[in-house]
Amino acid sequence: MSEAILSAEDVRVEFEARRGGGRARAVDGVNLDIAPGEIVALVGESGCGKTTLARTLLGLERPTSGRVLHRGTPLEYSSRALKRFRRDVQLVLQDPSGSLNPRHTVYDAVAEGLRIHGDVPNERERVADALSRAGLRPPERFFLRFPHELSGGQRQRVVIAGALVLEPNVIVADEPVASLDASVRGEILALLLRLRDELGLAALVVTHDLGLAWNIADRVAVMYLGRIVETGPVEKILTAPEHPYTQALLSVLPDAPGSPVVLQGEPPDPTRIPSGCRFHLRCPVLASGAAAAAGVDGACRGSDPGVLTGGTVTQVACHYAAQVTVR
Amino acid sequence: MGLLEVSDLTVTYRTAGGEVPAVRGVSFALEAGQKLGLAGESGCGKSTMALALLRLLPKTAGYTGEIRFDGEDILTMSWGRLRAVRWAGASIVFQGAMHSLNAVQRIGAQIAEPIRLHSKATEAEIRRKTGELLEHVGLPARRADAYPHELSGGQRQRVMIAMALACDPQLIVADEPTTALDVMIQAQILTLIESLVAEQGISLLMISHDLSVLADTCDRLAVMYAGRIVEEGPAAAVFGAARHPYGAALAAAFPRIGDPASRRRPQGLAGDPPDPADLPSGCAFHPRCAVRLDHCAAVDPSLWPVAGEDRQAACVRVLPDEGLSLVAKESA
Repeated sequence: MSEAILSAEDVRVEFEARRGGGRARAVDGVNLDIAPGEIVALVGESGCGKTTLARTLLGLERPTSGRVLHRGTPLEYSSRALKRFRRDVQLVLQDPSGSLNPRHTVYDAVAEGLRIHGDVPNERERVADALSRAGLRPPERFFLRFPHELSGGQRQRVVIAGALVLEPNVIVADEPVASLDASVRGEILALLLRLRDELGLAALVVTHDLGLAWNIADRVAVMYLGRIVETGPVEKILTAPEHPYTQALLSVLPDAPGSPVVLQGEPPDPTRIPSGCRFHLRCPVLASGAAAAAGVDGACRGSDPGVLTGGTVTQVACHYAAQVTVR
Repeated sequence: MGLLEVSDLTVTYRTAGGEVPAVRGVSFALEAGQKLGLAGESGCGKSTMALALLRLLPKTAGYTGEIRFDGEDILTMSWGRLRAVRWAGASIVFQGAMHSLNAVQRIGAQIAEPIRLHSKATEAEIRRKTGELLEHVGLPARRADAYPHELSGGQRQRVMIAMALACDPQLIVADEPTTALDVMIQAQILTLIESLVAEQGISLLMISHDLSVLADTCDRLAVMYAGRIVEEGPAAAVFGAARHPYGAALAAAFPRIGDPASRRRPQGLAGDPPDPADLPSGCAFHPRCAVRLDHCAAVDPSLWPVAGEDRQAACVRVLPDEGLSLVAKESA
């Protein structure tokens, strides 16, 4: 997909595990494309590799193999090239209390990006503009405030303003509302949607919250143990998922219809990824015998369903789903 | 008579900047075997209330009102009696199990401690009971030798639950028991809590900011705002059709997947929760209320029964017409 603004191409990221436990394959072959103006939700449980993937897309982590493409050009890792790249691709962190310096005023926090990039002409005007875009109005009233004088929602808006001031085309937001109160959460999500509509800002939102994806995303990618196992438009994936893992995740939401499919045990360890389908040890479809009835149980245990290609089409990495859909 | 009856409880913190009312007159009752969910956002006083129930607040907190547990008032109880009630009568499962467990003690020893203090069991009996408790919460008994850092977040929360069950309490207070956990682990823990409570006839007071989780687990729900309960009723009714505008906003903040009304339309509330030291006049919610009336800035409504339903809300909009006109006249 040539028009993608940010892509992962067969990205693998491995870490040396602690206590000599072998290598952890945190990201184990991922293709992902983000188109201009598109909001993509990357969902999964902790330890599935979603944050590592996001950090890799931001150039904060170098892939062990595969590559990150920015507007079709492979990312270079010299500090100068990365600096240029980060004007266009900005990070918004979770926990605004941790990512703001308590001794910096709101003005300084937002202006910092401009200063790093030596982009000082009309600084004041651009800081004011970023703050008001982030919903802090009138911006002058916030210039001299310190983080501790702001509410959690306001702090998150300052962090977002700090990302907007360089006029990026993509933001990568890791759990942007996880530390916020429920009533404030909706306001921040509405802000992300408005920024997309007004500025054409694309976003990769990393979250464990499927409700958030339903609220704002165009497309969702579900990650399990280092791989994207299902992806497609939000309406399709969240209302008619085909991968048993996505189905289970949705079934345990408090107001989901039907009975919850509670997967037992902990998500497995990225240093010991099961052979065959990486989900087969916890898969309810395999356990119930449905996979055997469809004649795919051998494949589930013995053959890797493979890496999904990028782009925007609906895809699922599941032998059973593939078999059942074909019939 | 309810197992737990809280009447007109207030908790005020004395700070350098003056008195800060954290809980401002809360009353509710919990029957034996009932599950009550208490919802609200940070700063609304819900955690203060949970700690107040067992008098676990720091000395800077002052109380008024009554907390009757099994007929006895917790607030006037002697220390000795209070120690007996903690763990054996009522126990608390805190959020953030990593910080509530002792990092340098094996989990088996931590579970054994309340049993040793509250019963005359021999060491062998205590060891057996500890193993049983671990198995009850879905951990193998041999994990008693593990240290907290060797366990995952979900496993640590299971240990917290085992500890809470150690002395066979009648009531468990669970303060955000699943907040830091993933959805699948959250589902495991909630299923566990539900089955234990049902099996042993324990009453549950579960506190969370997540109304959807509470609605799924509890029989009744109470919604707190600025130190008061502003809405109370059957869980499905409160979550599905709240009568207080704040309850409605909180319910709408958790979208139902598949519901076109929330697709690309995240619902939030403008403004921020009020500072307990500097509450707005009249109804504390009025500055953020989308449907406020002129007199809401002057009138502070108390919980009022919703006509024809087994529920109450603290909003002038649930008053019958004649009450509403009376309020309007008073504030004019």
